[in-house]
Amino acid sequence: MADPIQPPARSGGRRVRIGCGAGFSNDRIDPARDLAERGALDFLFFECLAERTLANAHALRAADPRAGYDPWLRKRMEAVLRPCREAGTRVISNMGSANPAAAGEAVAEVARALGLQGLKVAVVEGDDVAAHMTPDLELMDGEGRLGDVPLRMTGANAYLGHEPIRQALEEGAEVVITGRCADPSLAVGPLAHAFGWAPDDWARLGAGTLVGHLLECSTQVTGGYYADPGRKDVPGLAFLGFPFAEVAEDGSATIGKLDGTGGLVSRGTVLEQMLYEVHDPAAYLTPDVTADFSQVRLEEPSKDRVSVSGGSGRTRPETLKVTIGFDGGFLSEGEISYAGPNALARAKLAGEVIETRMREVHGHQGPIRTDFIGLASLHGSARDPDAPPPYEPSEVRLRMALRTHERDLAEALPREVEGAWLSGPAGGGGARGRVTPAVTTRSALLPRDLARPTVRMITA
Amino acid sequence: MKVRLHEVASARAGDKGDVSSIALFCDDAAVFEAVRAQVPPERLTKEFPRLFRGPVRRYEIPHLHVLNYVIERGLEGGVNASLNLDAHGKSFSFLLLELEIDLPAPE
Repeated sequence: MADPIQPPARSGGRRVRIGCGAGFSNDRIDPARDLAERGALDFLFFECLAERTLANAHALRAADPRAGYDPWLRKRMEAVLRPCREAGTRVISNMGSANPAAAGEAVAEVARALGLQGLKVAVVEGDDVAAHMTPDLELMDGEGRLGDVPLRMTGANAYLGHEPIRQALEEGAEVVITGRCADPSLAVGPLAHAFGWAPDDWARLGAGTLVGHLLECSTQVTGGYYADPGRKDVPGLAFLGFPFAEVAEDGSATIGKLDGTGGLVSRGTVLEQMLYEVHDPAAYLTPDVTADFSQVRLEEPSKDRVSVSGGSGRTRPETLKVTIGFDGGFLSEGEISYAGPNALARAKLAGEVIETRMREVHGHQGPIRTDFIGLASLHGSARDPDAPPPYEPSEVRLRMALRTHERDLAEALPREVEGAWLSGPAGGGGARGRVTPAVTTRSALLPRDLARPTVRMITA
Repeated sequence: MKVRLHEVASARAGDKGDVSSIALFCDDAAVFEAVRAQVPPERLTKEFPRLFRGPVRRYEIPHLHVLNYVIERGLEGGVNASLNLDAHGKSFSFLLLELEIDLPAPE
């Protein structure tokens, strides 16, 4: 059993094994436990923080100062802390969300309950930059200035890089909890720590960023978001394994998954994930590096193993990206179905009636979206609205949606859709509706020195 | 020979704000060259003008047969504002795979 406090050897050509235990907040937990138990990992990281997840977490923290971290944090830690400690695997996660300090305390509580006294938990803070949000701050994407946004700001967080994570590991942390940091940095921090990469070794930081990028969406590199029956078949989709990488000192790596798990790791799965949410593949910006994936080479040395080399990078950006969250009002949706002869005509009539009532009775002035599920919905706005339907559906589900800041108006839409049971066209069934509180976000760039990361150690 | 891209390529969509990025993975070099010539960035805004408002940029990784389309104003406002059931545009990869190209007939 390895001593969990010692970094892996930095010489002798040892490869570092790092796995991903979550690609989003609601991700599956059983494959993470499997990786913790059988992965023989040096590091296991959990990426759980989308832009809107964090904006929601700010609202939770505002209501309760002990809340605002990932709702699955305890369950995940209960599943992996013991096997990780036994294997000498150190855990890194951004599940701290809007409240890393409370999340760190929660991890320590779980550790004590599991009998893992003495577990060292590091809390990384300093991503909260709300104090620097001045009205004249220029927003990205031509959105004007912050002061012009007519919404209530709920929080502002800068994307931190790998350095505070590395520092926490250097200080002996067995679990590192952060708030907002760049997703690939959750892997770059441990790799830079293990190999002693310099903070300006752009080639290695770029290669490490590629490793983090490939792993950070969990199953999206092991056969998830990939299957297309008959064209791209994936075995065992119900039991996809989570991925790990065996990384060499120069940042080249082999991506794999555990034997006996479902899915596949192939040139295709790795290549698709390499481009996921990337714009210019020669300039993928993170707080750590301007990473370059354009010269990458992929090989399949054996089944479910893909070797990745040629990831590189250049100087990091001078600024940090900041996500600013706002109260976004409500998303209101309602659905009702029509079936049999003339189904589409009846659904269309119901849609017209409901829209008329939302405008004339309830006074809604913004956009209302009408979809005919079964005919066109996801791709509805890609089609010509005046073209005749390509076929006559035997069933169609009317869906209507709007956004508003007024709760009464939001609640009126599902009620009007349900009203079509009695007052709409003949034979409407299966009415459902819901009102979802919404957040909205904007982005800005902040000088790097305005975000001051700190690392604090808690002992369970 | 007309083929639908779905027969000779695959695609994966991602979102950042109101920008949809759709990477197209061609089965081989011949498909890559045909797509490079016949699916310029402007073709996306022309085929789907109401959805993809553009402009569209395209990046290439020739040795991996990848073309990456980055579509500004491509997500009906993005996750924050869209009324589309698929506010992330995850299904938009299959809009690209609907397009047809001409491939040289096999010898």
